[in-house]
Order: sequence, then C-alpha cells, then structure tokens
Amino acid sequence: MKQFIAFVKKEFYHVFRDRKTLLLLFGMPISQIVLFGFALTNEIKNSKIVVCDYANDVATRRIIDKMEVSANFEIERILMSHQQIEEVFREGKIKLVVVFPANFNNSLAHLNKAQVQIIADATDPNTAGTLTNYASSIILSYQAELQGLQKIPYQIEIDIRMIYNPELKGATNFVPGVMALVLFLISVLMTSVSIVREKENGTMEVLLVSPFKTILVVISKAVPYFFLSLINLAMILLLSVYLLNLPIKGSVLLLFAESSLLIITALSLGLLISNSTSSQRTAMIIALLGMMLPTILLSGFMFPIENMPLALQVISNIVPAKWYYIIVKSIMIKGLGFSAIWKETLILVGMALFLLVVSIKKFKVRLV
Amino acid sequence: METKTVISTENLTKRFGDFTAVNEITFDVKSGEIFGFLGANGAGKTTAMRMLCGLSNPTSGKANIAGFDVYRQTEKIKRNIGYMSQKFSLYEDLTILENIRFYGGIYGMDRKSIKAKSVELVEQLGLKEEATKLVRSLPLGWKQKLAFSVAIFHEPKIVFLDEPTGGVDPVTRRQFWDLIYAAAERGITVFVTTHYMDEAEYCNRISMMVDGYIKALDSPANLKKQFGASNMDEVFYQLARGAKRNL
Amino acid sequence: MADVILQNITKTYNKGETRAVNDVSFAVEKGELFGLIGPDGAGKTSIFRILSTLLLADSGTAKVNGFDVVKDYRSIRNQVGYMPGKFSLYQDLTVEENLSFFATVFNSTIEENYGLIKDIYVQIEPFKTRRAGKLSGGMKQKLALCCALIHRPTVLFLDEPTTGVDAVSRKEFWEMLKRLKEQGITILVSTPYMDEATLCERIALIQNGSVISIGTPENIISHFPKKLLSAKSGQMSRLLTHIRQFPETASCFSFGDAHHVTFSENKNQMNELLVFLKTKNHHDVEIKEITPTIEDCFIDLMK
Repeated sequence: MKQFIAFVKKEFYHVFRDRKTLLLLFGMPISQIVLFGFALTNEIKNSKIVVCDYANDVATRRIIDKMEVSANFEIERILMSHQQIEEVFREGKIKLVVVFPANFNNSLAHLNKAQVQIIADATDPNTAGTLTNYASSIILSYQAELQGLQKIPYQIEIDIRMIYNPELKGATNFVPGVMALVLFLISVLMTSVSIVREKENGTMEVLLVSPFKTILVVISKAVPYFFLSLINLAMILLLSVYLLNLPIKGSVLLLFAESSLLIITALSLGLLISNSTSSQRTAMIIALLGMMLPTILLSGFMFPIENMPLALQVISNIVPAKWYYIIVKSIMIKGLGFSAIWKETLILVGMALFLLVVSIKKFKVRLV
Repeated sequence: METKTVISTENLTKRFGDFTAVNEITFDVKSGEIFGFLGANGAGKTTAMRMLCGLSNPTSGKANIAGFDVYRQTEKIKRNIGYMSQKFSLYEDLTILENIRFYGGIYGMDRKSIKAKSVELVEQLGLKEEATKLVRSLPLGWKQKLAFSVAIFHEPKIVFLDEPTGGVDPVTRRQFWDLIYAAAERGITVFVTTHYMDEAEYCNRISMMVDGYIKALDSPANLKKQFGASNMDEVFYQLARGAKRNL
Repeated sequence: MADVILQNITKTYNKGETRAVNDVSFAVEKGELFGLIGPDGAGKTSIFRILSTLLLADSGTAKVNGFDVVKDYRSIRNQVGYMPGKFSLYQDLTVEENLSFFATVFNSTIEENYGLIKDIYVQIEPFKTRRAGKLSGGMKQKLALCCALIHRPTVLFLDEPTTGVDAVSRKEFWEMLKRLKEQGITILVSTPYMDEATLCERIALIQNGSVISIGTPENIISHFPKKLLSAKSGQMSRLLTHIRQFPETASCFSFGDAHHVTFSENKNQMNELLVFLKTKNHHDVEIKEITPTIEDCFIDLMK
C-alpha cells in the first residue's frame, strides 16, 4: 500500500510540474465550455417577428403590446391569414411567428383556457430556442397578470413548433457533448502518454524489474487521472450551471457515478493504447486522432445518428461516448433517474470491464 | 602550406540568466587543422559549438566562422559548414543514395554534380552493393562513416563532429579517423569532440574546457609536457578534476 | 557458486532475421565484478534484459541467484538492481523524490540502506532539492546508481553506465563500483570503452552477439597470439601509410600517440621494418615491443 501511495504521489508530481499537461487538462474543458457558452448566452435584441392574429381582441392586443415594448422583439407586421406565414419565413428576415386563434379572449374568459402557437425557424437552433423562450415568458406574464386580478385559474397553452430543425439540436445539448468529449479524450490521452513516457525514459524497465506488481503499476497510473477527471467534471458542471445557466435537473450523485464509469472505460482504453506503442508521439496521435473523430462524429451530439447510413449507425454503438451522452442528457436535461438509463449504464459497464480486462491481460510483464 | 584562419573567436560568451555557460573563450583554428574540443560533461562544449555553427546567438564577444560573422551572417555560415553528431546522423527509413542526394539538395548542389558525386562516394565507401538499401539495415560503424561522408559531401570549409565515434567498435573507430585525416588533407577543417582520450592524440591541437573557460590549448605533445603527463588521459584528469559544475 | 549463469543463450528479433545474441554462455561468480565489453549493437543490452527477466530468450537457459529467469522471474525481480542503458530517472522529480520513490517501490526506505549508498549519496546530497533533469551527466549517473542500490540487491546489472560520460566521472564511477564489490555485491557491467576492461576482475569480449573471448584481462592479454610493436615518429599519418605498405605487416592501427603493429609471420621483423621505412624517408622512427591492451586483443579477435 505504501508503494501504491508513493506511486500515486509521483504521478501527481508529474502532472503539476508539467505546464503543458496542466494546460491540456484544465484548459481544454474551460475553453470548450466558454466557447460554447458564448454561443449560447448571447442575448438577442430587437428581433423581427410577425404576429398572426385571428382573434384581434382585448387579450391578444394586450399581449402584442407587451411584445412590442419588450427589448427583444420588434413586430414587423400583423398578418390576418395562415397562408402568408410560410412566405414570411422564406424571406428569411423573420425568425418567429406568434399565432393567436380566433376567439382567444372568449375561450380564455369562458373556458379559462386558450391556446397560442409559436412557430420558430430552427435552422439556427440557438436563436430559435432563445426567442421562443422570450415569447413564452411574455405570454405567461400576461397569464400571471390575469390571475392577479381574479381567483380563477386562467391557463394559456403555448404550442411551440420548430420548423426546419424540429429536434432543436444544439444549445443545451452541447454541454453533455462537451462533457463526453473532454472526459473521454483527456483520460485516454493522459494514461497512454504517461505510460509511454516511462517506456521512453527507461524507467519502465526498472519498474518492471522491481517487486512492485505490474497490475499495480497500471492501477496507480490510472488513479491520479481518475481523480483529475472528476475534478474536471466538477469544473465543467460548475461552469455550465453558473456561466451557461444550465441547471442540473437530475441527481448530481448519479451523474458523477455514471461519469466515473466513462472515465474508467477511457482509462482502460488509454492503457491498451500504451501497450502497443513505444513513443509519446504515436500515443498522442492515436489518442487524439483515433479517438477524437469517432467521439465527435459518432456520439450523436454534433450529428444525429438516426440520419446516418446504417453501417455508421451500427459502428456508433461501440463508441462509449454515445452511451454516456444519452445518459448525461437524461440526467442533466430531462432530470430522469437511474431507471431510465439502466440499459445504457449496463452497456458502459460491459465496455469498461471488457477494456479493463483486455488491457491488464495485455500489459506485459516483460518487454516486447 | 596554406595557413588561413577559418575559426576565430574573441571573448565569446554565452549566458543563460545568471549562469555563464561559456565564459570569454578566445581561440583560432587554421584551415585544414584537426581541432579537438574537449571538456567534462557540462563544461560548455555543446553551447560553444552551437554558437560556432550559427545555431545560437552569443551574449557577447566576437566570432568569425569561415569568414562570416556569427551574429549577422548565420545563413552563410550554415552553407559553409558540415555537422554530424552521434545522435543525429541519417534518415533510417531512406536508402543510402536517397540520404546522400537529400543532403546534396539541401546545400543547393546542382543535380548533375550530386549524381556524379554520390556514385563516387558510394564506391569509395565500398557500399556500392548496399546503395539502394535502407540506412536502417547498416551496422552502426557504417552508418557513422556514411554520416560523416554526407556531412562533408558539399565540400564545406569546416566540419563539426560531436562525439562521432561513441560506441563504435575499435576497428571502425580507426577507419573513421582515416576518413577524418583524408578530409583534413583536402583542406577541410575538422572540429571534433570526443570522450576517447586516445582520439585526442590524433588531433593537431586540443582545447580543454572546464566550467565554461578554456583552461588549456595546445598540441597533444605540448600539453603532455606542460602537465608532466604520459598520456592525454592524465592531462584531462588533472584539468577536469577541479571542475565545480560536474560534482 | 556462480550468481549469474548463462547457457547457450540465443535471442533473435524480427522473426529470426536479426540475431542479437548468439549462443552465449558465461558465469559470474558471487561477489565478482564482471565486464561485458563490446561496441554498440554487440548484444549487450539484450543479455541484460534477458538476465533481468525483461526479455525471453529464444533458446538456452539463464539463472540469477539460482533462480531461472523464465520460471522464477518474480524472485529475481526482488533481488536484483538494474540500471538500463537509457535510464534517465524522472527528470521532473527532485533528487530526493527520485530516490525515495524507488526506495518505496522496492519495499525499502532511504534510511534502511543508507549505509550502502552513503559514499555516493553524500556527493549529490547538497543538490537533493534539484530536479534530476537539471543535474550534470556525472551527477545523474550517481543518482541512478543510488536508485539501483537502494534496496540492497545481491546482484547489480549496469548496462553501459559510463556511456557519454567524461573521463573524470568515469574514473570516479569505477571507484564506486570497486567499493560496492567489497560489500559483497555481484556486479555485471557493460561498456563500449575498451580501456575500462582492466578495471574488471573478469571480462567477456562480445562482438555481433557472440562472446569472442572470456577471462581475466591479464589472461586475455597473455593470449594475444603475436608480438606487438609500437611505432612513433614526427609524421604519424605518413608513418601509418608506410607501415601498412610493408609487405610483412599484418595490421597497423593508431593507438593515441603511437601506431601498433603486428607482423604476419610471428617473428620479430622490427629491423626489416626500420630499413623499409628508411627507404620511405622516415629517419626518426622509434619502435619498441609492448604489451598489448584489451583493445589490441579485441581488434585481433574481431577478424
């Protein structure tokens, strides 16, 4: 045990004395999050919108007024018919249309219930998301206004339609994506490079000849990077909560547990890479190029997997980041519990076990 | 015999922060001379050699290499010198001929003379049969000999050799020195570092660096006389023993 | 009893294409300082790796401390100290951190075996907070030796510990080895520097994977088959050419400030050579018979 602690301590020295590693370790997640963060938090002002008002009554006029006053919107014109909506979007200047059905105030007054439809051009998903949020909040504030006057629970149902990109890929989905990418890449890269460095230095030969068990060499290499990755994860989460205002809806504990699983998978993969390479450069290239592209392309956070050719869809199943991405989305954004993600978790556990066993089996007690 | 000076330094100094790696060294090397540049580990040999090759700017002092100034004319210096070290020699994954042609090309030789000279060189080294084999397949001794020939392929005025014979077998080591002699006879100045003290004897003159200073500079025979030593090993030991940097 | 035994060890690489070690057998006695002398590529490192259980030989058997290098590799790893050729410590760790790390890895502490390394360690102790990467070549080498000794091994394998190190540090290093030997540690050391051979008790000369001679340095020198002459003059380069032109010359090589000459018929043709050289205008030639060095023996055996 004393040996093990000494080894782990040494590994931490390596990390903290190498500025480049530190920069990679902590700079990458920060820069990624900040980068995506800026794309997300840009407030949109004076966006031109169109209102299609079939009702033209007290309530709709009040809501339209509220929109006009808001700094976010500038009402371009008010349409009277549905047919023109598509034309308006095609022109490209308008990003959002609010549709009030006929008898809006009537149904609100008598049925205590009315509907509003918001249609957004989702070719730019970030903007579309932000604008619909603005519009909904204005409508809801009118609802609150009404409730303030009387005791009757008025309810305005908002029907949001995204056209052109109905899934609204992007925005909040980037955080889980970045998490998958950063945790996976850094863990793979760090372990493989740090083991190969010992080979290059000739220190691996001495370690192998020592009474220290080879399995412990492997594990003590992985431990520091496991903890550093968890710190990394905490950093990403803090940034996304406080900088991007993206709350974690589900259990943080569950999120950390699932992330640990991904990190273990990645560390095992890093071990496997280091077994078959003897120079830091090769290890780096394999880890970065060989892992980065599949992770970005096939994990589903940049490009929807459903739209890919069947062959790629099948291949995407062996990308650990894909399953992790699904898990994180479920926990962070949808706020689901373990029961919703046990299948994905099981797949990750399988991958981690497989890679761990193979990499330890392949770890040579001798040189090649 | 021609006695033109090809290397001339005056109070050449290199400092890294408050550490003086090379401290006011002054010496001349004549054309066609074999000049041994000796010193303990960390004495400043590598730093000095880098300045002379135009790879690193001196902190102060003067140096003139092959008629060019080390501050302003480094590009011209590089065209007129050759360099070979134990570590960097040749591209292992290129053939012998490809290596020769590549270096000829780097130094701007025209294609015709590269072709003619490379055939000549391969024959001279007795590597005609192996000419199209990868350098990787050659024994170390041959690699070093080939690397030296490549370093002087463009007929430089000076060739810098950094521990060229480290780890080479005794016979090949001597064949290597035969090549050095032949080059010196053609008028190429040879500037060489080595850890083999018998090789120090083969040099016309030797300088001994200790802690950044040149502590002695003379022919091997005179140095032995000066230090009352029977061989260069003893001379080196007497000089370097007092070194502070290599505790 | 011998501490290290190799029997007909052969090792090839690239599926048998490159023969690195060719049917090598020798034994190192307990407490002996044994040298493997040969140029780079002779197979020294492969032999060390086989003995320290890092490589498997294609054929042959080897034992260290009575343990088989294949079957009992764990026991061997507990007892040997090994300093690989390219061993460069952890550059980003300080002297003290390196030493205490290796001590812990080998189940020991600096204090426990301080007596063994004290002589060496006091020389680097003033720099114990300096990072290993900032040490000079000589100091690095001393630290590496300390790290290899920290668990008080019974057998010490040193692969080219003096390569690239200057003459002064080399001399000091060999003195350290002598003191370690006095403590009863068996030492197997390799070097490409022929002049270091005489510092060992016994040596094996090795070339292209094969042992070409084995014995005490005196023994090997006494088996030099020919008379050896040393020749000096004011014009060494011309002298070399002309001695080689003498029909009876078998070999002539430069050795520092003299040329070493052997004749093809093993008789003393010194006077004939002098006469021949006079016809070539050498008048100040000084020739005498000398005792060969290990390097002379090596050159002779290489043929």
